[in-house]
Amino acid sequence: MSNRAKLSFYVPEPRVRPGHQPSFEHFEIPPAGAVRRPEVGSSEHEIRDLPYTLIRVLDEEGRAVGAWDPKLPHETMIAGLRAMMLTRAFDDRLFRAHRQGKTSFYMKSTGEEAIGAAQSMVLEAEDMCFPTYRVLSWLMARGYPLSDLVNQIFSNARDPLQGRQLPILYSARDYGFYSLSGNVGSRFGHAVGWAMASAYSEDDKIALAYIGEGTTAEGDFHEALTFASVYHAPVILCVTNNQWAISSFAGIAGADETTFAAKAIAYGIPGLRVDGNDFLAVWAATEWAAERARTNRGATLIELFTYRSEGHSTSDDPTKYRPADEPAIWPLGDPVERLKQHLIAIGAWDEDRHAALAAELDKTVRGAVKEAEAIGTLGKSKPPVEQMFEGVFKEPDWRLIEQRGELEASS
Amino acid sequence: MTSMNMVQSLNSALDVMLERDPKVLIFGEDVGYFGGVFRVTDKLQQKHGLKRCFDAPISESGIIATAIGMGAYGLRPVPEIQFADYILPAFDQLVSEAARLRYRSGGEFWAPITVRSPYGGGIFGGQTHSQSPEAIFAHITGLKTVIPSNPYDAKGLLIASIECDDPVIFLEPKRLYNGPFDGRHEQQVKSWAGHPDADVPDGYYTVPLGKAAVVREGEAVTMLAYGTMVHVALAGIQDSGVDAELIDLRSIVPLDIDTIIESVKKTGRCVILHEASRYGGFGGELSALVQERCFHWLEAPVERVAGWDTPYPHAFEWDYFPGPKRVATALKKAMQD
Repeated sequence: MSNRAKLSFYVPEPRVRPGHQPSFEHFEIPPAGAVRRPEVGSSEHEIRDLPYTLIRVLDEEGRAVGAWDPKLPHETMIAGLRAMMLTRAFDDRLFRAHRQGKTSFYMKSTGEEAIGAAQSMVLEAEDMCFPTYRVLSWLMARGYPLSDLVNQIFSNARDPLQGRQLPILYSARDYGFYSLSGNVGSRFGHAVGWAMASAYSEDDKIALAYIGEGTTAEGDFHEALTFASVYHAPVILCVTNNQWAISSFAGIAGADETTFAAKAIAYGIPGLRVDGNDFLAVWAATEWAAERARTNRGATLIELFTYRSEGHSTSDDPTKYRPADEPAIWPLGDPVERLKQHLIAIGAWDEDRHAALAAELDKTVRGAVKEAEAIGTLGKSKPPVEQMFEGVFKEPDWRLIEQRGELEASS
Repeated sequence: MTSMNMVQSLNSALDVMLERDPKVLIFGEDVGYFGGVFRVTDKLQQKHGLKRCFDAPISESGIIATAIGMGAYGLRPVPEIQFADYILPAFDQLVSEAARLRYRSGGEFWAPITVRSPYGGGIFGGQTHSQSPEAIFAHITGLKTVIPSNPYDAKGLLIASIECDDPVIFLEPKRLYNGPFDGRHEQQVKSWAGHPDADVPDGYYTVPLGKAAVVREGEAVTMLAYGTMVHVALAGIQDSGVDAELIDLRSIVPLDIDTIIESVKKTGRCVILHEASRYGGFGGELSALVQERCFHWLEAPVERVAGWDTPYPHAFEWDYFPGPKRVATALKKAMQD
């Protein structure tokens, strides 16, 4: 070794761990309404400030302020609130069903409900969403049958995915919801390809994809951005930054160095950074990006800044790696409470109606669970076993036919 | 000696090697402060420091690429891929880089990395948390593939893998982490406590790569298995009443061909068991080797028991999983011919 200074190896760590006082004071959060709304036709190089700020519409008093206010009709916002509340009621009930041994696995999207709900409502029925496992509110906003969700979660005889897939990894083509998988990130490029195909076909459909902040480390993310940029694909690429990838804080994905929205700059596509717990901000940013996509201006990257209030899944205990009271001090609040507060502030809603809706949704969810339970929970009911050999290919080959026979003979 | 389950014995192996060799380091998704989703790296960061055991971004290709770079520099990285199902983004790094670096550089560079990864089913993990990908690695010249079946072997094989100067894929049967599982899923879950292979020395020892274990001696038929299936094989042998000789391969590359041949020449029959799907599975290679080297001693066709040629289906966990019943059927069939 020379007499030069020794190098040192750096590994990022979160500011606090369990047993310490959580704090989000290091986040720079501009006031609601502070961020400019550029023309939809702006060129990317004119809007390179946007990836470094945070688009917010709802202020602390529940008022919608600034240029990004989408000025939605009351009934639209109430429909959004309903989808978010339904998601939460469903999550709570099915998480409990897992604890009762009725299924093998569940994941909640608590705290992130505004994202899927708003974006599902902004996009058209024929557009395609390439989801992560935490956007159930997309399906809730589109009225997907609850009992089918539960049948899938129970892998029972009525499971729309024929017992082949892990609980909550839905596929719902008629609801603009592409097939989920347990490996992360690998559909981000599919959204770009789908969008390229729409453009190639001179169609008018666009695509929207989600990826978690942790998964932006995968090559899939960068490959998708490259193709989206090169081919001006009509796609909205969303990074849901919920701060935690199982136990890894967002710094392990590079959040201490820059923002996820800013990754767009290197690819020459617009990057927006949005308060993901603000239904109206998510709506407005998505509408802006959708209009660009529909007018042949290509892709937009949107970072949805939010917080995973609960564990990663039923297999996780977040108190092992983050302070138990961290969710309570998330500075951007709860998406359901914030939209409710806004609706009350404008006189379109009240506590009684809210309580009545919550009770109604809980009853609806309980009814759907009962219906699915009557068919059977995991292990108590399953699709016909020959289903296992279907769908590997369009038509089964000799191996699958023989093996089906072998299984039948042995049981 | 301490009674350990497989999670604890693997943790002990890593602990011992971090202590012994400053060139050993561990990284992967959630392995640092949290200690891994299966707890195999629990408290290693707290004990050995942040830079010895740390979290990696969610990028399997990045994890393996950087591990190769560290290995080429002279370290002995032990990266973890959280589930073997997630190893595929790193496939190019393993196949085109780790496996060939020594060969193509004329021995100038090599990659002494040990890629740990939980594999296998029996846990209702669905298509992406249940697969057994060993055959695709066995096919790659330049990679070693190791699969333990009990806590004692797990520790000794992991230490031997870390000390090996070639890249090793170390597949951990996740269904065996907390107890031996023989495929009788309707029975109460067993723990490792009291199992003879759960007595694990606290310090350093190795189990050599490429040396199979004869788990049960028998005269009638040779049964080849590894990982979870060693326990399923024992149950199937018991159910069948056939006096089978059970060989736990422990590593499929390098393969202990001598022990296999010696046994098949003695019994004249062979049944191969693995959890991975059958077509193109490692059982095909084993079957070919036995046929090539023991043809004149064979009294019956080699039998294979394996997962079906479908993805791992959630609702049909126990229809897919090759349990003791199918093993017993194959053993009886091998005896009839």
